[in-house]
Amino acid sequence: MWEYSEKVQDYFYNPKNAGVMENASGIGDVGAISCGDALRLMIKVDPVTDVITDAKFQTFGCGSAIASSSALTELIIGKTIAEALTLTNQDIADFLGGLPPEKMHCSVMGYEALRAAVANYRGEAWEDDHEEGALVCKCFGVDEGMIERAVRNNGLTTLEQVTHFTKAGGSCATCIEGIEEVLAKTNAAMVVEGLLDASEAFDPHQALRPVRRPKTGKSPLAIKLEPVTKAKLTNLQRIRLIEEAIEGLRPFLRQDGGDCELVDVEGDRVLVKLSGACIGCQMASVTVNGVQERLIEKLGQPLRVIPV
Amino acid sequence: MRPVYLDNNATTRVDPAAVAAMLPFFTEQFGNASSMHAFGASVGGALKTARRQLQELLGAEHDHEIIYTSGGTESDNTAILSALETQGGRTEVITSVVEHPAILALCDWLEKHKSVTIHRIPVDAKGRLDVEAYRKALGPKTAIASIMWANNETGTLFPVERLAEMAHEAGALFHTDAVQAVGKLPIDLKSTEIDMLSLSGHKLHGPKGIGALYVRKGVRLRPLIRGGHQERGRRAGTENAPAIIGLGKAAELALAHMSDEQTRVKALRDRLEQGLLQRIGSSFVTGDSDHRLPNTANVAFEFIEGEAILLLLNRAGIAASSGSACTSGSLEPSHVLRAMKVPYTAAHGAIRFSFSRENGDEDVDRVLEVMPGIIANLRSLSPFWKDKGAAKAAPNAAFNPTYA
Ligand SMILES: Cc1ncc(COP(=O)(O)O)c(C=O)c1O
Ligand code: FES
Repeated sequence: MWEYSEKVQDYFYNPKNAGVMENASGIGDVGAISCGDALRLMIKVDPVTDVITDAKFQTFGCGSAIASSSALTELIIGKTIAEALTLTNQDIADFLGGLPPEKMHCSVMGYEALRAAVANYRGEAWEDDHEEGALVCKCFGVDEGMIERAVRNNGLTTLEQVTHFTKAGGSCATCIEGIEEVLAKTNAAMVVEGLLDASEAFDPHQALRPVRRPKTGKSPLAIKLEPVTKAKLTNLQRIRLIEEAIEGLRPFLRQDGGDCELVDVEGDRVLVKLSGACIGCQMASVTVNGVQERLIEKLGQPLRVIPV
Repeated sequence: MRPVYLDNNATTRVDPAAVAAMLPFFTEQFGNASSMHAFGASVGGALKTARRQLQELLGAEHDHEIIYTSGGTESDNTAILSALETQGGRTEVITSVVEHPAILALCDWLEKHKSVTIHRIPVDAKGRLDVEAYRKALGPKTAIASIMWANNETGTLFPVERLAEMAHEAGALFHTDAVQAVGKLPIDLKSTEIDMLSLSGHKLHGPKGIGALYVRKGVRLRPLIRGGHQERGRRAGTENAPAIIGLGKAAELALAHMSDEQTRVKALRDRLEQGLLQRIGSSFVTGDSDHRLPNTANVAFEFIEGEAILLLLNRAGIAASSGSACTSGSLEPSHVLRAMKVPYTAAHGAIRFSFSRENGDEDVDRVLEVMPGIIANLRSLSPFWKDKGAAKAAPNAAFNPTYA
């Protein structure tokens, strides 16, 4: 049977805010019938306060798609647009008491619909990065182009690295063969272009990677990959690294009149305090995402940065 | 309220009589049939009886044409891999686009890693095989053609007897995945040219994890699993005696109920199907209504998604299954319905109801009672459905996603 939490079941059987909204301020459509799920999110926004006063949805999709859509509306009503935009798909899943790994894409759809609806409200074109090549990882909506870019930009050579950077393969794992294919293809191209040492490239015919040669420093991987290949960090080392990374970012934030301080680290949750221009501004989510990316890069581990 | 189980193509309840036949072989008669003592001997006798029971259901000429395996999947894999080895110099396999993954995933792998050429024969809108394409694909390089007897999702039947003859004209072996057909249709293998046939115990009220591969006498076989000499060296490993005995009993019962399956069960299926189409608009039957299993109905409800329907059915105590593979974590609709070019708008909302001899009229009544409400409820949530189907003409015109 479906391993849905009580809350998912409740939001599926008795969805809140389902239906059409007349005179919506913004409408976000994502998905398509051919993909198996599609969501239309309608929001009403108070033009003075920027607060989302009402939200409705229509969903074509499975139980968790309907529940995630409904959860999204509950989460955003009463929030300002800026606040709403800091929500991640994980927040939707958390609100529902978790989603089965292979259903996480349903929460991603909610996350995207909100962005599409806000863009529509602001009269902007909403662009997403779903359009390059075939969808490889369905759980996280990662397509070939996204994997290729992550591999190229960061010199990735293993499946685990690709998962850390893109999430692809981090859930049901049915897409692993596909990811390995893209990785092998991209690495091979990088070798030809002289961007990667052939001995470092991902080799699909090797069951086990041989022990790495000492780094020559010539490979573009030498610096960036370091954290990933490091031995497991102690908690203290982890916190130090996080601290260092945040310290390194502060000068940039201060330039923009903002600031960010480390408050606490709980497992993979990094709690930070944003201040100054970072608060409430549209850039808050950008800042959080930037800090998060930087930390993941430094530690080579998945992390979530949460503003408190 | 008694739950309504209409997912018998997925698996069936083990018949209590089969369970009763199995039980002594877990406890009192636990011997190994190969042993040289009395413990083994009585088991050996029971296995012989079980083999005869299955032989009779299949209409096989000899009982040693049956090789017990762990199920349909193993039988399918054994048949194809063996043919590629025994048919020297022949490196092509013919199959259909609507096979079970037990065949398709193996073929994909063979194509990718073993340089085997795979011909996947298409089907038409009713799921019928393109026999002309099949004929054209057959040739001096064909090692084996493997076409299912009945499709698990729509119940559509394939003309396997004729396809076997055609394969032989080209010197190829013919295998059929009859996992869904055995027990539901009268079968008489000795009067056909079929070389190999796969079946699975749990689809005919027998236990799970047991199945068989029928291999016509004279057809060479290379074992998939090597070891001891069980099954005449064609499938090593100590016999799963209780399961084989349970499958034997299940085969006997299936034969005894064959006419019930063809008449009463079929009538239940037809009444459900007609009733659903009458009560619910924008719905239609998929598959070849004139040539299909008596127990299977596959009905597509447009503009809604299958898993959501199943969840609501489940809450009403009804078990069915979905043509949408969403339930298995993938968002692609069933490869079978896509191969039949059923539009996405409907393929995602296809529901399979599969009956067995254990179903009755009250089961049909229950589904007919709750289904219209479930469909209406989900359609009211769907962005592709405007009041009373108004969006039907151009579902995508109204819904305008930023990406697709
Ligand atoms: C047509 C078909 N072939 C093969 C199988 C697999 O059989 P088993 O579960 O015994 O491995 C199934 C069962 O789902 C089936 O429907
Ligand atoms: S498709 Fe599930 S982890 Fe990629």
